[in-house]
Amino acid sequence: MHDPSATPHHLEHHFADVEQQRESAKLGMWIFLLTEVLLFGGLFVAYSIYRAWNPDIFHNAHVHLDVTLGALNTVVLIISSVTMALAIRSMQLDLKRATLINLGITLALALVFLIVKYFEYSHKIHLGQLPGKFYSFEGVAGSNPHIFFSIYFLMTGLHGIHILGGMATIGWIMWRTTRDHFSPEYYTPIEMTGLYWHLVDLIWIFLFPLFYLIG
Amino acid sequence: MNNQVAQHNYLSEPRGIKGWLYTLDHKRIGVLYLFGVMIAFALGGFFAMLVRLELLSPNKILVDADTYNQLFTLHGAVMIFLFIIPSIPAILGNFALPLMLGAKDVAFPRLNLASWYIYVLGTLIALFSLFTGAVDTGWTFYTPYSTQTSTSVISMTFAAFVLGFSSIFTGLNFIVTIHKLRAPGMTWFKMPLFVWGLYGTAIIQVLATPVLGITLLLLIVERTVGIGIFDPAMGGDPVLFQHFFWFYSHPAVYIMILPGMGIISEVISVFSRKKIFGYKAIAFSSLGIAFVSFLVWGHHMFLSGQAELASMIFSFLTFFVGIPSGIKVFNWVATMYKGSIDLKAPMLYGLSFLFLFSIGGLTGIFLGTLSVDVHLHDTYFIVAHFHYTMMGGTVMAFLAGLHYWWPKIWGRLYSEGWARVAALLIFIGFNMTFFTQFLLGTQGMPRRYYSYLDQYQPLHAFSSFGSWVLGLGFIIMAIYLIEAIFRGRPAGDNPWGSLTFDWRTTSPPSPHNFDEIPKVTHGPYDYDTVTPVETYPTEKEQG
Amino acid sequence: MDSSFTTIMPPQSSTIASEVDALFYFILYAGLVIFSIVVVLSALFVLKYRRSKRAKTSGVDHNTALEIVWTAVPTVLIIIVFIWGFRGFMKMNVVPKDAIEIKVTGQKWFWSFDYPDGVTTVNELVVPIDKPVKLLMSSKDVIHSFFVPQFRVKMDVLPNRYTVTWFEATRQGTYNLFCTEFCGKGHSEMIGAVKVVSNEDYLAWLEEGASLGSDLPPEEFGARLFVAKACNTCHKMDGSSSTGPSLNNIFGHSVPLEDGTETTVDENYLRESMLNPMSKVVAGYQPVMPTYQGLLRNHEIDALIAYIKSLNKGEEPTHE
Repeated sequence: MHDPSATPHHLEHHFADVEQQRESAKLGMWIFLLTEVLLFGGLFVAYSIYRAWNPDIFHNAHVHLDVTLGALNTVVLIISSVTMALAIRSMQLDLKRATLINLGITLALALVFLIVKYFEYSHKIHLGQLPGKFYSFEGVAGSNPHIFFSIYFLMTGLHGIHILGGMATIGWIMWRTTRDHFSPEYYTPIEMTGLYWHLVDLIWIFLFPLFYLIG
Repeated sequence: MNNQVAQHNYLSEPRGIKGWLYTLDHKRIGVLYLFGVMIAFALGGFFAMLVRLELLSPNKILVDADTYNQLFTLHGAVMIFLFIIPSIPAILGNFALPLMLGAKDVAFPRLNLASWYIYVLGTLIALFSLFTGAVDTGWTFYTPYSTQTSTSVISMTFAAFVLGFSSIFTGLNFIVTIHKLRAPGMTWFKMPLFVWGLYGTAIIQVLATPVLGITLLLLIVERTVGIGIFDPAMGGDPVLFQHFFWFYSHPAVYIMILPGMGIISEVISVFSRKKIFGYKAIAFSSLGIAFVSFLVWGHHMFLSGQAELASMIFSFLTFFVGIPSGIKVFNWVATMYKGSIDLKAPMLYGLSFLFLFSIGGLTGIFLGTLSVDVHLHDTYFIVAHFHYTMMGGTVMAFLAGLHYWWPKIWGRLYSEGWARVAALLIFIGFNMTFFTQFLLGTQGMPRRYYSYLDQYQPLHAFSSFGSWVLGLGFIIMAIYLIEAIFRGRPAGDNPWGSLTFDWRTTSPPSPHNFDEIPKVTHGPYDYDTVTPVETYPTEKEQG
Repeated sequence: MDSSFTTIMPPQSSTIASEVDALFYFILYAGLVIFSIVVVLSALFVLKYRRSKRAKTSGVDHNTALEIVWTAVPTVLIIIVFIWGFRGFMKMNVVPKDAIEIKVTGQKWFWSFDYPDGVTTVNELVVPIDKPVKLLMSSKDVIHSFFVPQFRVKMDVLPNRYTVTWFEATRQGTYNLFCTEFCGKGHSEMIGAVKVVSNEDYLAWLEEGASLGSDLPPEEFGARLFVAKACNTCHKMDGSSSTGPSLNNIFGHSVPLEDGTETTVDENYLRESMLNPMSKVVAGYQPVMPTYQGLLRNHEIDALIAYIKSLNKGEEPTHE
């Protein structure tokens, strides 16, 4: 029988038991991820339409993206997803230090991702490969060559904002870990952060080939 | 405890302003939304009155064309984003959903509070837009006009973007609450139909709103950076904006009506004291409408230059979204058959809904019909149609719900006599204002017109007179409802004799809703086997 | 303008109008029947089943036969309506082969029409009766929409793209043409006229180069043009300032310009303002005047200048 005097302090008053709380958190996070898919989905639709109307521009412009850097970023994010999963596993095994290390590596890899993107972006700014009315690069054949870079900045920019949000969340989770908020019985926030992080990774895995590898 | 206002209720505890600013109590959050959303309604209504005032004559009465264009745009934007979309879910849903399920709160109370603050933030941004040039594009923001006009499009669309998150989080919260927090024994088919309505709504909120978010973001980026996605000179397409926009905005109208239909199911059943007819049909139709609503957006675009085949498909599917709504209306009428009907205010609004929403829905048939829509599109017929569905439908249902739950929210009854006066004025005023507009539309009067040909003036003037009757009704309503908060007679636990769990609490409910989670021993509408205990004062008690 | 009053639909003036109206009335009557059933039954039940001391109500919540009927009947009705509407719509979208083609341009805030032989009119579409007319439409700026209620015809007009619609007029007369997609300040002023004349009159009108009475004295001709070419949409004739400055008492005077300089309003300035309006904008006004290059012939410009000169005397020549 469950002893009421031993109610876990993390169990919120409106839940009947820990199981109900955990299942609710998972359902909630999956729904949130679904909304993110629809948010990016709109942009993927815009990409598809633009590309169908201007296949030549997309082909001519994408060669100006650095495939090596893009591939590096892809690998970086995939590894960060692994370390994120390892962090959850560590807490399941009550290994607080390992949890912190894994979360820390995830955070560091996310930072690497952003730094690589910083270099990519500044290179484009330097060359004038900018969206819309700021476009001034001469090296892409076709009318309206800015289209490719407009969509590129939009989608990678929105993705980057999500990376930043993820980093802030991971940082917060790390702080809570140091304060012993989590245990093998309760690590739901780490798990939920992991789900979010996997989605951010997954979105990049779609963005990479669509921008860097086409043609 | 029965005929007194309950002491130690959620309104009085915890004490102090912090208890409200940091509240995690779904009931308090519902009340916070009540104040915010009612202010928005007053603001949107104020703009409406100015619009109708200007339309008394084809000549200038009050404002010039630019200002008029801003007034109708703001009326639409405020009413849709700040009033009607949050209205039923955020106020009545927040208040009643956990109670109806026998739960202690929604699944994520902190997210709920965040939803409220996001709503406040969005509203402030909208007000900022208002004072820095406002918008004159129509609430639909069609490109290229919206990318070229010098008014504050960016801040208004950003406000709508922010408000979208409030809506998404509320929907997310409700879905998880309904899945996970039902009292033991409450199966899906023992839930009240208001819950089914909220569930269908929440699905749409969660799936459609992000697409609006991205659409508005694209519009903002188009204006700031000129990416050209909607600009034909830069390889883009203005009609693409319409597709993106209506992909959200059509399902959005079902966000508006589904919870309203849920309320009507409650009100008709309770005030006929009769089991609802066709429970499963109504429940499944809520899901069916939610699903099909995503497939018909192109019926706003029959004449936009889209392919005829697309128009044909959209027209075909549009009719099928009307069938479940019609079935619901028939079910409600059948519920009243051999019922035991009490014409209290909530029921008056319920009957109003049946009358007005039927007109709204049937006029939708004209618009879904391709050859007829050619004549009626972009005329006052459309304006009349959506006011009959949104106001004659959702707002009437909202008022029914407000009058139904007001005694539970505040523990006090309002004046039934004044409620009848207001309901009558609103019904008459509404029909005067908007039925006239069907005729304006068939006669060819285009919408969004600042001035018009003389031949349309008699109808315009009559419609404007109607708006004054309507406005008067709302003013009276505000007065007696506010008065009831302070001086109404105690309502007791269950003034209406309802069988749903929200009426098993005290009025107002205690902060934690139930001392003991209620046991599910019967369905929500089993009036044939269970006798509810009604606490409305009898004639004798009223003196 | 034909403003004959009708209760519901405007008088039918095109070949498709009767079909559209027939379907409209079918939906109306079928809808009225359904609506009446709902309202009458509701009223009946409310009156007959008022709350009494009776303890319990019936638990009947189902009636398969009834539910099938009230699902099937509306379904059949909407299928009929859908097919009927679709067929009408296809007729409206398939242009007859022998149609006269007229190019329509919508812009803020007037319509211009280009005829096959080079004639151009502003805000007036002259067509022959009983002949199909195809409209090839595009916009110079934002989305507009071409709407003639009496013809039951409507189609959006888009920038950088053509949309097509057609009609065949069946009655002589003059009909309202509205812009019906919101396009800004002058949206409700963007009203034109469709003039349906006999075939002989149409051909003769085309012959004449669509002139408006160039045998009139210049000021009178100019006065007619001022209205016909939609100048009065933005330059109000009552002297009030609007989108554009009033032209009353302006000729021969000096006006301040947006760039801080001044200019005298002489014949050259007036001509330049019509053909190249962005070059010298009067201070305090937005640069929104469209160019009339190609829309005004030289003798029409001369007439307008004569008319504007005449506004100095404080008299306006009469015009229709």
